[in-house]
Formats: sequence, C-alpha cells, structure tokens
Amino acid sequence: MRFLEPMLPSVPACILALSLCSCDTDGGAGVPPETAAAIANYSELVRQNYSDTKATAVALAGTIDAFVVAPSAAGLDAAKAAWLTARESYLLTEAFRFYDGPIDEPRAGLESLMNSWPMDENFIDYVQTTPGSGAINNPQFEISAASLTALNEMGGEKNIATGYHAIEFLLWGQDTNPAGPGARPFTDFVVGEGGTAMNQGRRGMYLKTIAALLVANLDSVLLSWQPGVVSNYRGQLAAATPKEGLRRVLQGLIVLSGFETGGERIQTALDSGDQEDEHSCFSDNTHRDFVQDVQGIQNVYLGKYQPPAGALISGTSVKDVVAKHDAALATALDLEIAKSLALAKALVPPFDQEILAGNAAGRARVQALATALRTQEKAMAKVFSSFGLQPELPK
Amino acid sequence: MILCLRLGHLLGAGFGFLLAIAVIGCEAATDLAPLEDGEDLPGGSTTELFLGQSLAFAAPAANLTEEHRSAFFVGNSLFNQSWVEAPGGTDVRDGLGPTFNARSCSSCHFRDGRGRPPSSAFATGQGFLLRISVAGAQPGEPPLAVPGYGDQLQDDALPGVPKEGAAVVVWQEEPGLFADGTSFALRRPVFTIANPAFGALPVDLQVSPRVAPAMSGLGLLQSIPEAMLLARQDENDANHDGLRGHANLVFDHRLGSKRMGRFGWKAEQPTVLQQTAGAFLGDMGITTSLFAQENCPASQHECSAKPSGGLPAAPEIDDARLEKIALYSSTLALPARRRPATNVEVRKGKQLFHESGCAGCHVPSWTTSADVAIPELAQQKIWPYTDLLLHDLGTQLSDNRPVGLATGADWRTAPLWGLGHIPAVNGHLELLHDGRARGFAEAILWHGGEAQRSRDSFVRLSEGERTLLVKFLDSL
Repeated sequence: MRFLEPMLPSVPACILALSLCSCDTDGGAGVPPETAAAIANYSELVRQNYSDTKATAVALAGTIDAFVVAPSAAGLDAAKAAWLTARESYLLTEAFRFYDGPIDEPRAGLESLMNSWPMDENFIDYVQTTPGSGAINNPQFEISAASLTALNEMGGEKNIATGYHAIEFLLWGQDTNPAGPGARPFTDFVVGEGGTAMNQGRRGMYLKTIAALLVANLDSVLLSWQPGVVSNYRGQLAAATPKEGLRRVLQGLIVLSGFETGGERIQTALDSGDQEDEHSCFSDNTHRDFVQDVQGIQNVYLGKYQPPAGALISGTSVKDVVAKHDAALATALDLEIAKSLALAKALVPPFDQEILAGNAAGRARVQALATALRTQEKAMAKVFSSFGLQPELPK
Repeated sequence: MILCLRLGHLLGAGFGFLLAIAVIGCEAATDLAPLEDGEDLPGGSTTELFLGQSLAFAAPAANLTEEHRSAFFVGNSLFNQSWVEAPGGTDVRDGLGPTFNARSCSSCHFRDGRGRPPSSAFATGQGFLLRISVAGAQPGEPPLAVPGYGDQLQDDALPGVPKEGAAVVVWQEEPGLFADGTSFALRRPVFTIANPAFGALPVDLQVSPRVAPAMSGLGLLQSIPEAMLLARQDENDANHDGLRGHANLVFDHRLGSKRMGRFGWKAEQPTVLQQTAGAFLGDMGITTSLFAQENCPASQHECSAKPSGGLPAAPEIDDARLEKIALYSSTLALPARRRPATNVEVRKGKQLFHESGCAGCHVPSWTTSADVAIPELAQQKIWPYTDLLLHDLGTQLSDNRPVGLATGADWRTAPLWGLGHIPAVNGHLELLHDGRARGFAEAILWHGGEAQRSRDSFVRLSEGERTLLVKFLDSL
C-alpha cells in the first residue's frame, strides 16, 4: 500500500460538524416552513406555463400545415406571427431549465430537440453560397420525426435539425439583411410552377414534421408536471425534501441568469459583434428572448404567472422563502431582477444592430444588461449558499 | 461564496469522519480510506458547482475574473462554430480542409466532452481518428509520415477533394474470468482503412486509433510544476516498485526547443495552445502561426489546388482567436464530484484503489504553480489522478506506433477526474485511447505492463469490492 499521508480533518472541524449535522442529514431543516408551499406553487406555475406553451405550439403547427398545403405570402406571415407568439410563452419556461428536470433531463434530451442554438443553416437547407446543402436537398434522406430526432446535433453542437430555431430558419430564411430579418420567399414552398429553390415539397414536409415534433415534445414535458401523479416529476418533486426542491429551483435561476443568458447569449454576441451569435437571428426576435427569459425568472421568484387566458397563478413565492431567512437579501434580489428586466426591455431591436462595433450606445445597453444579469446571478448564488444548499450529488 | 461552500465541504468531511468511526465496527470487510482535505473539489476553487449532468463540462472556472470570463465565452463560440470552405461569406470562419476529420472543435468534443469509436462501420464525426505512420529508415529513428497520406487519416474532405479513406472498426469479443469465477468479456478492436484514395497503404503501416478526450481541467494540468512531475520519473525502476514512469520530450513551437509533453494520449504536445493548433491543422485543416502549412501531401493534387481561407501569407485562424480558444480550453471547469468523498462506499472504493496500487501512476493530487499565465489557475490543490508520465501498459494496449519518447506500448497516465460525468454529457462510457473499454471495469482489465499487478489485484477482488472500486472512480 502506497498511501502514506492520510490527511484527517482536524478535531475541531469534527466537533463543529456534529453540532450542524441535523442540517446536513435530514435535508428539510435549514429552510423555512413556507418552502413546501413555495415548491407546490412553483409546480403549478410551471404546469400552467407549459400548458400555455403547448397551446401556442399547436396553433403554430396548425398555421404551418395550412401554409404548406397552400403556400401564400399571407400564409407565411400567419405562420411567422404564430411562431413569435409561441416563443413568448416558451421563453418564460426557460426558467425551469438547468436542474435536469423534465425539460433537460439528459437521456431524453428534449430541450436540445426544441431549442438548440446556434445552428448551421446549411445542415438543414440551402444557404446563399450552397444551393444544394442540407437534409432537405438530400433526397436520400427520409424525412420523419424519428429520422430528424436522430439527426439533431449529429456530428456537432451546431448541427441543429429540429426545434424552434429550425422552424424559424425555414420560415424566415437566412438573415442576410442588416436592416431586418431574413426574407425567405413563400415560393420556396411552392411545388411546380412559380416555385423557388429546390425540393419545395420536401421543405414543406420537413417544416410540418418538426412543428408536429415540437408539439409532441412539449406534451411530454407537460405530462411530467401534471398534478396528482405520484410517479411523474411533479410527484417526485413534492415527495423530495423542500430543501432539495429549493435547490433545484434556485439552480435553474442561477444558470439561466449567468451562464446561459448573460454569458453564452449576450457576452459571446457582444464580443464577436456577429449576428451569427444572436439567439433568434433569422426572425430578429432576440430582444424578446432576453425580456421573456428575465420575465420567466421574475415569475418564479415572485411566484406569479399570468396566463394569456385565465386566472393569475399566485402563491407562496421563492421570495417569501428568502425573506423569512434574510429580508434584506430577498429585497435586494427582487430589485436586481427588476433592474435586469428593465434593461432587457430597453434594448433597441434588432439585436444584431445593437451589438455592432460602431453602435456605442447599443453596445452600452447590451453590456449594462450583461452586468446586471451577472450581479443578479451572484445575488442568487448568495441565497443558494446562505441556505446551506449544495449542488446535486447524485445518489 | 466559494469559501463558504468549501467550509461546508470541510465540515461535511469532518462529519463523515465521525460517521466512519461508527461504521467501521460493523462493516470491517473493507477499510475506509482516509479523507483528504479538498478532495471533493477536483479543480480547487476553479471547480464548477452549479452546472451538472449534460452541461457538467461546459462551465468556466468558477473563479475567473470578469475579463477572462468574457474571453471564455468568445472562445466558447469559436469552439462550437463550424468552419466552412474558403472562400466563404466571411473571412473569420473559412478555411476548412481541404481534408479534415471534423468541421468544428465541438464535433469531436461534444459538449466539451469525450468522443467514441465509430458506432457503425463507416460512422464519422463522433470524435475519433487514426494517426498513421511508417517506421523510420533505421531502427531507433522516429517514424515517418505515410507517403501520399501524412500522419493522420482525414476521412472527410471538401467537395471535389478525395477523402483519404475511411476508418473501419470490427470488434472481437474475448472472454475472461475473475478470480471468484465470474466471467467477463472484453472487446478487442481491429481497425482497418477502407477505400484508400492515394494508393495502397504500406504493409508495415502503423495505426494509432484515438478518441477525443473531455476538455475539463486542461489549464490546471498545464499548471502543475514541471519539476514536480519530472521528480516522479523512475525509468530504471530504482525503487523497485515495478513502475517506470518517464516524461515525453517534445518540441514546443513557441518556445523553439524541446520540453516535457503533457497533452495527447502519448503526451505528444507540451501546451494547450500547441495541442489546439495541432488539432486545428490535423483534424480540421485550419492553419495557424504554429502550423502554417496546409496538410496536403504532394500526391494530393486536388487538395493543393484549393484556395486558402487566410489572407495572403496569413494563417486561417489568427493568433488572437487561437489564443481565445486556448484560453477557453484552459479554463473549462471541472464539475464537483458526483458523490461526496465522505460516502462510505466511495471511501471503501478509494481504499481498494490505493491498495491495488492504482495511485502509483494515477497520482491523486497536485498543487499548481504560483506563477502561471492564467492567475486563476495558480496554487490550486487539484485532484486529476494522473502523473502525466508515460508508462508501458503492455502488448494488449500497444498501438506499435512510437511518438517522441513514447513507445507503442507507452501511454500517458489518463486523468481520472470527471470520467463519471461522461455518460450524462456524451451518452456513453467508452474508455481508453480507442474507446474499447465499456466502462471502468473493462478499462482496468485491459491494463498490462507496468499496471499488470494492479490489474491482477482487481481480478482477485470480490464482486462487491470491484463494485466499490468502480463506484469510487465513478464518483470522481
């Protein structure tokens, strides 16, 4: 045996640990009694948000089906409008990511099928320089929900075949226009006379298939949040300790604030100044991504969600839980989120113009949002550690 | 925040120690390994605590300055971006090929994780490639590039350019027995090159299959003081422990001289920067200031005729961007351990790991230098479980292709940190240089040479003990 230097913890640490061990072992102590109610309210908020998101995706798929059957400029506009509406709802749900819940449980990989980005357009369809690129223009590739699910992310993180951004690309086309979004003609979907590009029928089939797949995947997530089911995710979350529930909720907010929105989506785009690095580049809808992401975070923090139709969801909130523990911290975080939301709303669309090297005022607005999100992330991390929470260590 | 959490870990460790005392009495079969200060945080204060599961390898070092954090996300974008044929719509993304294995870094290091051998006969783009060579003219001389092909098989190419060939793998199942009578099976890969485009391959072709390793912690490995690593060398086994670790000695193109190699399966690259530049040229066909010549062997005329993606006389990726990718690659954080070091099963597994002699090469911990280019990586107590030295692992694992001071049977001790996260990130746990091992146990069973004794110890363990040892590895 070659293990010469056993480094035992010091005795004082052991004694101190004993006095704390009740916190470390039962997992429920250390968080206020309101926490269970806050997790229950969160679960209902999540269910309602996904339910609304699915409804908008069903509407999107319906307009796409109608458009593909009889392509027209008006039909394409209707599909684009339906996509923008669907995004408003979906983006709020990003606050439910990053703790390996139903949306991004790694084996199912549903999030990457629905919202992967950034994407290489030429993985799916033609681009300016290569008229024959992509799965649509490869007649040997059979278009089906199963084949496209398998194709997604095959051979690289940007090889995106499915989800909102793939639909966005097929509706808007490449964004080669500095002043506005992409301008794909509806005739790209016209089979026969008057059609543009190649493989119009396959393009329509592809679009319909990924729209239907989006609905199916959202439905799968929604099932995990239905109440009264012991075995689904919601049931398991209710059965877990409130402390564990709080850990998941906060972890999702922390990662969405800092790594994802503040880092990958904003910092990267700000530094490159390249519209390829903006989140919804085809539709020029990126500014709404930021607003709705932060709105989703605020919804969770305040425990409130207003569905497009129906009654306000409101109940015990994460903020209430934090306030029981540290009222000043609860208020500070509230203000940080509100500040980020105001800064996101202050961005001047389109975002790809906001980050241009010559647009000092725009870049300052984007930087201010990035800084606010970083501050918000740090405040959340402080809350996380003040409850003695630790990131998940799987059993 | 980090300080608070570290204190928390320390307290947890202390509690575990007491618990351990209580438990020893009733379960004495395997001893509990002692706890060590900081072992729950593989990357010291760089360790990422929040991102887990599928994004476990994706986060920046937790202690990065705001400035480095910004640069990290720029590098992240470059790492993910797909390169295109020159001339492209934009100068910053063109220059792919003419021959290549992958179009982006993230194609092989998917989610900054690990590649795997081809899952079907001709599958590409899964983070796998073949290095090739022929023996030098005289015995003892370094191997040479394969005429017509070079030193790596590029299995993809731009339109109008022939692919050099395709890597094909066939598996052979080989049965074996543990000492307790339980059977196991190993799968031996047989690699061949199909459809060689530039003439028949020589009969004495040397082929070294390689999977892309995960990216976490590379900058920390770079920051271990060289003198400390070299001090562990024992090429003549002066201490009679059966281990003959020795460093590779490779050319550093920035330094202009030779130094210890640390990266790659045979420790053939001295720095993260040079490893990055090597991958750009060899895997993607992108030139850099370090490797400025396009990879077109003389007989590949279509390859040579393709335009370069760089400005005239300039590399296809400039130094500023190359260094951002190197910074990104250096500061990807280790995730926290999957199970706490205080866990009783993990501690028993750790004890078996040490008793089996694994730690002789898989050295658990190092402290990084105080003087490193990225200050956030300085003076961190890290837990990579490697000595970064070359060891002879026997004929079963040998690829018969020497690199520098590494013989065909020599392999750099692979770091063990983070391996347990690979299934969540990459959907597999195919280990060793060519991904032949389906999990930890098979990886151990393939060890031979200097590691034969440790491998034999593992074979003698009971099934329960083997499970404990694997649980320890999985916890890292």
